[in-house]
Amino acid sequence: MEDWKRGRAMFATVAAAPLTWLTLFFIIPMAVVWLYSFGTNRGLTDIDISGTLVNYQRALEPLYLGIFAKSLVVAGITTVICLVVGFPVALAIVFSTDRWKPWLLLAIMLPFWTNLLIRTYALMAVLRTEGYANQSIGWLHDRFGSIMPLVGLPAPGAYEPMNLLYNNFAVILGLVYVHLPFMVLPLYAALDRLDRSLIEASLDLGAGHIRTLLAIVAPLAAPGIISGIIITFVPALGAYLTPDLLGGPDSQMIANVIERQFKRANDWPFGAALSFLLMYATFIAIAFQAVKAKQAERRG
Amino acid sequence: MNLFRRKIPLAPLEYTRRTSMRIWVGLVLFFLYAPLVTLVAFSFNDSRRNIVWRGFTTKYYEKALNNESLMTALGNSITIAAIATVVSVVLGALAAVMLWRFRFPFKAAWEGALALPIVVPEICMGVAMLAFFAKLDLPQDLAWPLNLGQITIAHITFCFPFVTMVVRSRLSSFNREEEEAAKDLGATEWQALRDVLLPHMKPGLIAGALLAFTLSLDDFVITFFTSGPNTITFPVKVYSMVRFSVTPEVNAASAMVIALTVILTSLALKLQSRMGALAQGH
Repeated sequence: MEDWKRGRAMFATVAAAPLTWLTLFFIIPMAVVWLYSFGTNRGLTDIDISGTLVNYQRALEPLYLGIFAKSLVVAGITTVICLVVGFPVALAIVFSTDRWKPWLLLAIMLPFWTNLLIRTYALMAVLRTEGYANQSIGWLHDRFGSIMPLVGLPAPGAYEPMNLLYNNFAVILGLVYVHLPFMVLPLYAALDRLDRSLIEASLDLGAGHIRTLLAIVAPLAAPGIISGIIITFVPALGAYLTPDLLGGPDSQMIANVIERQFKRANDWPFGAALSFLLMYATFIAIAFQAVKAKQAERRG
Repeated sequence: MNLFRRKIPLAPLEYTRRTSMRIWVGLVLFFLYAPLVTLVAFSFNDSRRNIVWRGFTTKYYEKALNNESLMTALGNSITIAAIATVVSVVLGALAAVMLWRFRFPFKAAWEGALALPIVVPEICMGVAMLAFFAKLDLPQDLAWPLNLGQITIAHITFCFPFVTMVVRSRLSSFNREEEEAAKDLGATEWQALRDVLLPHMKPGLIAGALLAFTLSLDDFVITFFTSGPNTITFPVKVYSMVRFSVTPEVNAASAMVIALTVILTSLALKLQSRMGALAQGH
């Protein structure tokens, strides 16, 4: 690495364009929103930046605090499910044969490359009242229903389709569906680097598979597990599309409230305040991960 | 006949050979793929209500291809993605070289700022772009493709940091001695950059370009906040179509995008493996 003063011409050539772009089209827009969050609405797009904290006070009202809490809970549940579902998958990929490994990785990655909107739409088609899930369950219901009287049980009534769409269940299922690859890939990367002789030693010394997993594998793979958790949690917390398309009226998350302030309610200062609160929550999560990663590095 | 052969006992670490693990992985893959496979399958279903299979047809593909607004949206999306990819690769590569090569004042701060577009929630960036462009108050009735400028700028902003990340990790494997050797043999600074460093960066640039293209093609949230009534992209159009109903036409349009993604991804993987083989051959 060399000091920029030793190659001024070269430094200016490589640094000018990206830093200008970043300042002009990222830092300034962010700063505009940040300033708006201390402003009051004067007209449709006329915002007076008065330095007021009213918007943040309003964000702390029980209604919005509740939505924030709900978003945290939904993102948390999503992350836990992804971890529980994804961990065995990552483990299976790590210990698969060389012939299968690239294919399994590809199988996990391909949906991740597919358009988010299309995946959400596919899930809508499965979950709606006349969707494929209800169809299959209904079919099974009818088949088993016709067997029931034969074994002396009363025949069940006609199948009532379940409401699988437009509720919190659908939102969490959708978030898990979308974010599962985010969890599996870092877990895979962490587990793949693991020293296998340590696992073997633990098994040889009499620990069971579960105990080995909890006492040996989990602590060693901790940095990867934590980064998987953060990589899943952060986008799930700020998710807009999934709760919007799969959720019902009571399953809005914070991003939906922000969108409403900017598009329909036209209360930009309040939306700006909410948007920055969401951003701070994200930064806290990322800082937590950085601290944990450093700790793990020092121990290792 | 594998089935009848005496079973080879499981080694302790052969987790993948355990039946329970296989069932688990199978279920997860089913969960990931079943919705997409049914979506594609039912795009060929000859039924408006799209519930029960009523025979094979491609009429919904014709319908989707003849849907003018859908095709305009697709054209917009591809145009935006193409421009955003080119600009992102240039900006991203420059930023990567800058971070990799130089020490400069406030470097840590700039490095952090360059990673921000990757971690900031999409909704926050979307509203920032909306507020920024509203403040700028650019003329709205420009001719195509200039009217796509706002969306393209927003896309470049969130794409190029990804390119920087990919290219930078590629640069970390560069041997500075190669560059020194070139200079010793009489190459100027620029020639060394062009003939030695750039070829080494190439796989990173290609991977970054494909990443940027997919990210741009995929983006809904940020585009949703920067698009106007005349600048609809494909995801925004599909969003307005799927909000209320599930129709075979949307299935057909989605299936075409899935096909595009699969082609692009396999192209990327093929290129990468060929690059890998080439790099090892050196």
